[in-house]
Amino acid sequence: MKSVFKIVVVLMVFASVVSCQKNSRPNYQFMPNMYEPVSYEAYQESDAFPGGVEAQLPAEGSIPRGGHMPFEIANTNDGYQLAKSSLMSPLDSTQIDRLRAGQLYDIYCGICHGKKGDGKGTLVKREKILGVPSYDDAGRAITQGSIYHTIYYGKNAMGSYANQLNEEERWQVVNYVLELKADLEK
Amino acid sequence: MKKSYQSLEDNPTNNMIQVIYRHLASKIPYLGLVILLTFSTSLSAQEGDPVKGKTIFNTNCASCHNLDRKMTGPALRNVESRLEDEQGLGRDWLDKWIRNSAGLIKSGDAYANQVYNEYNGTAMTAFPQLEDQDISDILAYTAEPAKEKVVVDEVTSGGGGSSEGGISSKLILGALAILFALLAIALILVRKTLNRFAEEKGIEAAQKDKSLPIWKAFVQNQFLVLVTVIFFLLASAYFVYGYLSQIGVDQGYEPVQPIHYSHRIHAGDNGIDCKYCHSSARVSKHSGIPSLNICMNCHKSIYQVADETQQEGMDEYGVDYNAEIQKLYKAVGWDEAEQTYTGVTEPVKWIRIHNLPDFAYFNHSQHVEVAGVQCQTCHGPVEEMEVMYQHAPLTMGWCINCHRETNVNVEGNAYYTKIHDELSKKYGVDKLTAAQMGGLECGKCHY
Ligand code: HEC
Ligand code: HEC
Ligand code: HEC
Ligand code: HEC
Ligand code: HEC
Ligand code: HEC
Ligand code: HEC
Repeated sequence: MKSVFKIVVVLMVFASVVSCQKNSRPNYQFMPNMYEPVSYEAYQESDAFPGGVEAQLPAEGSIPRGGHMPFEIANTNDGYQLAKSSLMSPLDSTQIDRLRAGQLYDIYCGICHGKKGDGKGTLVKREKILGVPSYDDAGRAITQGSIYHTIYYGKNAMGSYANQLNEEERWQVVNYVLELKADLEK
Repeated sequence: MKKSYQSLEDNPTNNMIQVIYRHLASKIPYLGLVILLTFSTSLSAQEGDPVKGKTIFNTNCASCHNLDRKMTGPALRNVESRLEDEQGLGRDWLDKWIRNSAGLIKSGDAYANQVYNEYNGTAMTAFPQLEDQDISDILAYTAEPAKEKVVVDEVTSGGGGSSEGGISSKLILGALAILFALLAIALILVRKTLNRFAEEKGIEAAQKDKSLPIWKAFVQNQFLVLVTVIFFLLASAYFVYGYLSQIGVDQGYEPVQPIHYSHRIHAGDNGIDCKYCHSSARVSKHSGIPSLNICMNCHKSIYQVADETQQEGMDEYGVDYNAEIQKLYKAVGWDEAEQTYTGVTEPVKWIRIHNLPDFAYFNHSQHVEVAGVQCQTCHGPVEEMEVMYQHAPLTMGWCINCHRETNVNVEGNAYYTKIHDELSKKYGVDKLTAAQMGGLECGKCHY
């Protein structure tokens, strides 16, 4: 009897130790002084900022280094028309990097617009998102300016991609879209 | 067939057809089709094909219109009859509007300007390419009766079923436990009574002969004792070492996140590229967790998951996916009914999983962009994870091993040409590993 009792106790201790090792909790750390950062880390919580979020938007009107100028055209129908008729790409033919533009396009746009730009990306084929136009849509008659405006601000159901692509990358993608459009119209 | 019958009954405007249906229900199996046809002819002036209309609608209009919900534009179910009844506008107005709404607004048409202002001057795209027949098809599609009720019923009943399943399995477990307890008690009782019998009858339980017990013999043999002590020391050292060296290693860490966000659905089933969301992996140290506006790029349109997805979530993971999307809307402050942001937001407190200690430096863009390593090499089969967990140990040995084994990707990287040539001459190899480039120097990772 006694030995059975002992075995049971040992088993129970073992079981409780094993069940304590939960994957939903991080492991113990040994002297975490040098593990935990003293400075702010990305996305950290902090009382110093409103809402307790360490990641804050830059002050209104600030311009990042590296020659990215602010985009002056407004997010309105008129702004869209203005961009459509007058906005031109600053890239000349030597600066166009077709390979990189294609990769960026496939990551950010292909999922809805399709790799060929015919409006039949994976999400459309799976009927998750509907109404994605083909780039050669006659009623839209997109131009480089209107594409840039659309990437920058989004348009109706399409969101803005300004925070995923920087200025130069946006123009690369615009150029790639125009190529796809030309291919579709052939 | 039962289902379509029910849906018709739910819809109060269809009394006429319902009566016809009742009459024929028992006889003709293709009745649904008949009804469909009577419907489209009775409601729209020109013959339109609702099936074709659906395709045209989905490609052209669905980004802004839903049949039953306000989106960028108004809900379009029964527009033709609605406009006819409420505004006295006929088919020719619709033709003009759809082909060129801006033109109609400019021409000063009263109702056109009214809706335009109602929707804060959002411009509807012009569709000059649509033929009369196409527009008839679309209108036939919009005139189809709603059949959502059935779907909702199915989902809720499915949910009820699964929770019942939970209860019944708990019941079974409880019953089993009681059964075992009873068995144990019975055994003890039987043993006691047997013992009593034996005592009464005067039978002695068989005794072992009193030779040396085994443990005493063991204690007397000093060599054996030494060996076992050494064995136990070694074994415990092994376990203690193992325990100590996993301290601070979070392999397998799988916290419960504030929104049940599934990589399996997004990156796996729907094939969304990792960098669509983890955009900064291309350019910075951090991969970053996507901000909520990136979620809204898709979830402005995806306000509900498909029924199969919802069912799968309920059955296999016990998660109500649609409720999770509502959490997203709450955090980002999206008012579904009005299709606008309320401006009241709250941050989603995602729990960070992968985290190196502060004294080690790791940079994503160096590995993802420069070295061209796939995310899955380090993060495991992410596209199959319903809940994200840490796949790799993230120890120093793990980093170093990979640096010893992985070749540097020098193709098309002008920056590397010179140093690569010199180093490969020095080591006498064609292909350099990251270690030979200096990937083992302490200062590269610790500073
Ligand atoms: C989540 C799906 C989705 C993604 C990803 C997406 N789009 Fe769109 N896009 C749409 C939808 C929906 C529309 C139709 C918007 C409307 O109603 O006018 C659209 C419209 C457009 C238009 C036509 C706008 C006009 O002038 O009428 C262009 C150009 C465009 N997208 C370019 C892009 C580019 C470039 C990218 C990648 C940076 C991209 N889209 C990514 C869904 C998407
Ligand atoms: C770019 C987004 C967009 C697309 C694409 C779109 N619409 Fe619209 N639609 C609107 C908006 C916004 C309104 C509200 C009036 C306004 O602001 O111009 C509207 C209004 C309407 C109306 C008037 C409804 C009422 O209740 O008065 C009809 C009819 C209509 N759309 C039909 C269509 C059809 C058919 C298609 C597809 C061929 C379509 N729309 C595609 C945005 C769109
Ligand atoms: C639709 C957006 C989206 C896509 C696409 C996506 N992720 Fe994520 N990822 C998230 C979100 C949101 C989180 C935070 C929630 C969580 O940890 O589950 C996350 C978390 C992670 C984490 C854990 C971060 C931490 O806290 O340590 C890793 C690793 C990760 N993703 C890798 C990937 C990989 C690899 C892919 C491509 C196969 C991918 N993700 C695709 C949105 C996305
Ligand atoms: C590129 C488009 C896209 C983006 C970006 C996106 N989603 Fe989704 N999301 C989907 C699709 C598609 C589904 C599945 C719908 C279905 O199966 O019917 C989905 C389903 C969901 C669900 C329900 C299933 C689940 O995973 O639990 C949640 C919650 C969700 N998304 C949250 C998010 C969050 C949070 C983000 C931002 C980090 C995000 N989504 C970004 C396309 C997207
Ligand atoms: C060489 C291995 C490796 C590769 C390849 C890799 N990661 Fe990581 N990832 C890590 C390590 C190590 C960490 C922990 C970093 C830290 O704590 O500083 C991490 C952290 C993360 C995090 C959370 C913390 C953060 O940095 O924001 C996300 C999200 C993530 N990775 C996503 C990705 C995605 C997406 C890819 C592919 C584009 C990828 N990773 C490729 C090793 C890798
Ligand atoms: C999947 C393999 C792999 C893993 C795992 C890996 N690395 Fe690397 N790492 C590489 C490769 C390949 C390079 C060379 C990149 C290049 O071309 O510059 C590299 C380069 C580096 C460099 C720059 C070295 C130099 O010479 O400038 C640092 C720093 C680094 N890694 C840190 C880490 C850390 C810290 C970890 C562990 C958390 C880690 N790596 C895990 C493959 C890996
Ligand atoms: C490829 C990057 C890399 C290189 C090179 C590297 N380390 Fe590390 N080291 C790490 C990482 C990552 C950790 C954190 C491991 C963990 O958290 O378990 C670490 C942890 C350590 C620790 C343990 C600290 C603790 O408290 O756990 C010591 C000590 C250490 N490194 C010393 C060195 C020395 C000495 C060298 C040079 C011979 C070196 N490291 C080179 C990545 C590296």
